[in-house]
Amino acid sequence: MSPTLALTRRRFLKFGLTASGALLVGYRCSAAARATVPSELLGDDLVSLTAFVMIERDNRVVIGARGCEIGQGVITSLPMLIAEELDVEWSRVRVIQLPYGYEEVDGKPSNRYGDQFAGGSTSIQTAWKDLREAGALARWLLLQAAANAWSVPVENLRTEAGHVLNVDGRTLSYGALARTAAALPMPANAPAPKDPDSFKLVGKPIRAADGRRIVTGQNRYGIDEYLSGALVAVMLRCPYLDGTLESLDDSEARKVRGVRDVVRIEGPKPGEPFDGPLAAGVAVLADNTWAALQGRNALKPVWKQGPWAEESSAALAARANALLDEDKDGIEVRKDGDLAKSRKRARHSLSARYEVPFLAHATLEPPGALIELRQDGALLIASMQNPSGASRVISELTGLPRDRIEIRLPRSGGGFGRRLENDFVAEAVQIAKLAGKPVKLMWTREDDLAHDFYRPFGVHALSATLDRRNRVEGWTHRCAATSRTYRTARMQDDPAWTGCLEPDDFPAGLVDDLEKTFFPVQSGMPRGWWRAPLHTFHAFAVQSFIDEIAYEVRRDAVELRLEMLGEAREISYRGHGGPVFDTGRMANVLRLCAEKIHWKEKRTDGRGIGIACHFTFGGYTAHAFEVSMDGERLRIHRAICVVDVGRVVNPLGLEAQMMGGTIDGISTALNLAITVRDGQVEQKNFPQYPLLKMADAPKKVEVHIVESTRDPVGGGEMGIASVAPALANAIFATTTVRIRKLPLLPELMRML
Amino acid sequence: MKAGNEAAGAANAAPAKTQPEQLPVRINDKPYYPDGDPQMPLLWYLRDVLRLTGTKFGCGIGACGACTVLIDGKAARACLTPMQAVSGRAITTIEGLEGAQLHPVQQAWLEHDVAQCGYCQAGQIMAAIDLLARKRKPSDDDIGEIANLCRCGTYPRIRSAIQRAAVLMAEGNS
Ligand code: FES
Ligand code: FES
Repeated sequence: MSPTLALTRRRFLKFGLTASGALLVGYRCSAAARATVPSELLGDDLVSLTAFVMIERDNRVVIGARGCEIGQGVITSLPMLIAEELDVEWSRVRVIQLPYGYEEVDGKPSNRYGDQFAGGSTSIQTAWKDLREAGALARWLLLQAAANAWSVPVENLRTEAGHVLNVDGRTLSYGALARTAAALPMPANAPAPKDPDSFKLVGKPIRAADGRRIVTGQNRYGIDEYLSGALVAVMLRCPYLDGTLESLDDSEARKVRGVRDVVRIEGPKPGEPFDGPLAAGVAVLADNTWAALQGRNALKPVWKQGPWAEESSAALAARANALLDEDKDGIEVRKDGDLAKSRKRARHSLSARYEVPFLAHATLEPPGALIELRQDGALLIASMQNPSGASRVISELTGLPRDRIEIRLPRSGGGFGRRLENDFVAEAVQIAKLAGKPVKLMWTREDDLAHDFYRPFGVHALSATLDRRNRVEGWTHRCAATSRTYRTARMQDDPAWTGCLEPDDFPAGLVDDLEKTFFPVQSGMPRGWWRAPLHTFHAFAVQSFIDEIAYEVRRDAVELRLEMLGEAREISYRGHGGPVFDTGRMANVLRLCAEKIHWKEKRTDGRGIGIACHFTFGGYTAHAFEVSMDGERLRIHRAICVVDVGRVVNPLGLEAQMMGGTIDGISTALNLAITVRDGQVEQKNFPQYPLLKMADAPKKVEVHIVESTRDPVGGGEMGIASVAPALANAIFATTTVRIRKLPLLPELMRML
Repeated sequence: MKAGNEAAGAANAAPAKTQPEQLPVRINDKPYYPDGDPQMPLLWYLRDVLRLTGTKFGCGIGACGACTVLIDGKAARACLTPMQAVSGRAITTIEGLEGAQLHPVQQAWLEHDVAQCGYCQAGQIMAAIDLLARKRKPSDDDIGEIANLCRCGTYPRIRSAIQRAAVLMAEGNS
């Protein structure tokens, strides 16, 4: 790579600096020469030791955080892994957020920072390998530099707290070594990271790296970014699924003081994948948000209802149930043994149906994007989870090569899967193209609830057969749902049940005769990933049903689960989080959870307890709740969450994720649903989508983290799937009302 | 990005020119004479005009509390407060809390590592300051009166941080 005329100024500057001695090296040895660091990292007294590490002369260290921070803590946990391998004191580390690191290597898209995607709870797992190696590489360079300086074999040296220590007692600080270290050639092979048992930092509770900026209001989220010359855009989108704009009177809107322009945005073609905006609409551009909102209020559009004008939640539920009743043409998801036989033999058989609603993500920071398009490049600043998707979207819409698109990754006000989509980026690009100006697109809460990629809606029909010793022998799980794959371009080759049913999820592999079948339900609602998507979608049904079985045959609900899990062993799990499911780890968190809630203790005070467990993306979680009814109010006296995610990088962060997951789970299970009527989403704002308030949340979530030496998985999505069934089971224990439909509270009020 | 006739950007909006007929709105101890749309909610004046973006937008209808600021020391929803209602009043935003050191509530928030995404936290902190001004030793129920939403589920840590702040403030006063 050599500087050419085609290089942008910024890139050229960086390259120039590189040439002048502050060598920038990549985290992959092979890509060493190509790696660059963001301009804010460059300074006179800073030496870059990898794409992630800068060392100051006074021995302070700057570490770049590559992940999209959406509240899951990667701005802290990922740099911790690097700091650990580098052997520096955390108190001397300053963390900065890295931008999206797109580059082309041999003409192929690549990323100089590795994986920056925030989805599927994979950040920790990936970083456990490559970021530790990045830290180890930087440390290796410093060791070599010291060995050269002292002319001693590197074996005589070790590192500690930002210094290289010689056996003869001499020491050199990293700051003193950085310049020579940066000039060294890369090793042929990646230096091995530390033995995890020798960790000093990883495994200790560490507070958010940018906590001070948060509590002082200095942190800038996507929504907080401005650009001179940019106009604020607010859109009025067609409220009908796949509807269109028939006509528009924007004369009043244009009269609003501060309004500069009104432009029309095409919606997706009905039936075709969503790869741009979700809905047809009109954008009002103005000097500020208030003027844009006023302008939007003054628009007089005539909408044409689309092909889904009749769609309603009631009809969808009826359709799903009819498909399950007819039981024809289901898609086989998994089939083991011979169900007919176990049915014949069965001493008991049981069936039940459970309904789960559409859900919106409702990130507290609504979607939005700030975009500047130039002849030779583009700048995007937005809260997101999927910057490479955003880069593709911009490139496709503008024709700009991806390496000319600069994307910054501010902290996001929540993600939960909403920002895996980049519809809002596509909107901003289209508006900016039409307006010929940089655009700061703002979504309101109303926009957000009415135009989301919703968690699918579905009905689960479960049945089980038990032998004469009341052991579960046969299991059927039939699910009729609005398939997740609907109009998702990258999922066109995936089976329709993807994201709704998982062939290998519990109790697959644990009962002899098992069938899982899927029935797609047609719907015009856009669908997406919602925190622990598949798992929050079906664990409620499975784990409620286990309790129903236990109750029916008078068995202990924990014992029954343990019996089904059987002896501790690894069984095959092909879904995300596999390749194995460890029955022993699942049993262990369940047992621990039962112990913490005093499962065996009979409650005589009107309180009831419920429990559930679930395997999510490689993590094992159990929840238990102790609840009572206080008139019409459900009181949660105790909330327990036990989790095993392998080795823990930041226990304080993991505890937060489990606490947050548990409360998200409670909030969603008790009250949240998105419903459709006449082809429109009914919920407008928080009063109709009532997130849990502090007064109704448990005062404490007792989080217990299982100590483990296994390689870690993430934590962002492991704390939620078992919440809804554990709550439903607890409500049953205290009220004897079995709720089979989410959200729980409206159903409970109806049934009490 | 100009707001009506107001000067664009924080630099031009402050400090006040002399306009005797209009009482200034004091924001973080500086006087301002906004001359844009008097209906513009304080939230957008803070954010789009002054670029005080610590105060967040979450719902625009008073339901989430992300926009909570102190008006004459009391918690209020900036999204529901038109500019015409604040002339002559004193407003404190999250950016105005920190003096020589962090406010004890901010300090407690840090100690308890409350924030997850952090987006609601400025509003939560302002609500907590309001509560602690009224109740020096708030009970669990008192704390439960704070109706600010947190999508990430940080409520238990908010509770413990408020209790901790109460202790810090009591120590500071003694
Ligand atoms: S933005 Fe003001 S209360 Fe939600
Ligand atoms: S910390 Fe994310 S909304 Fe409260």
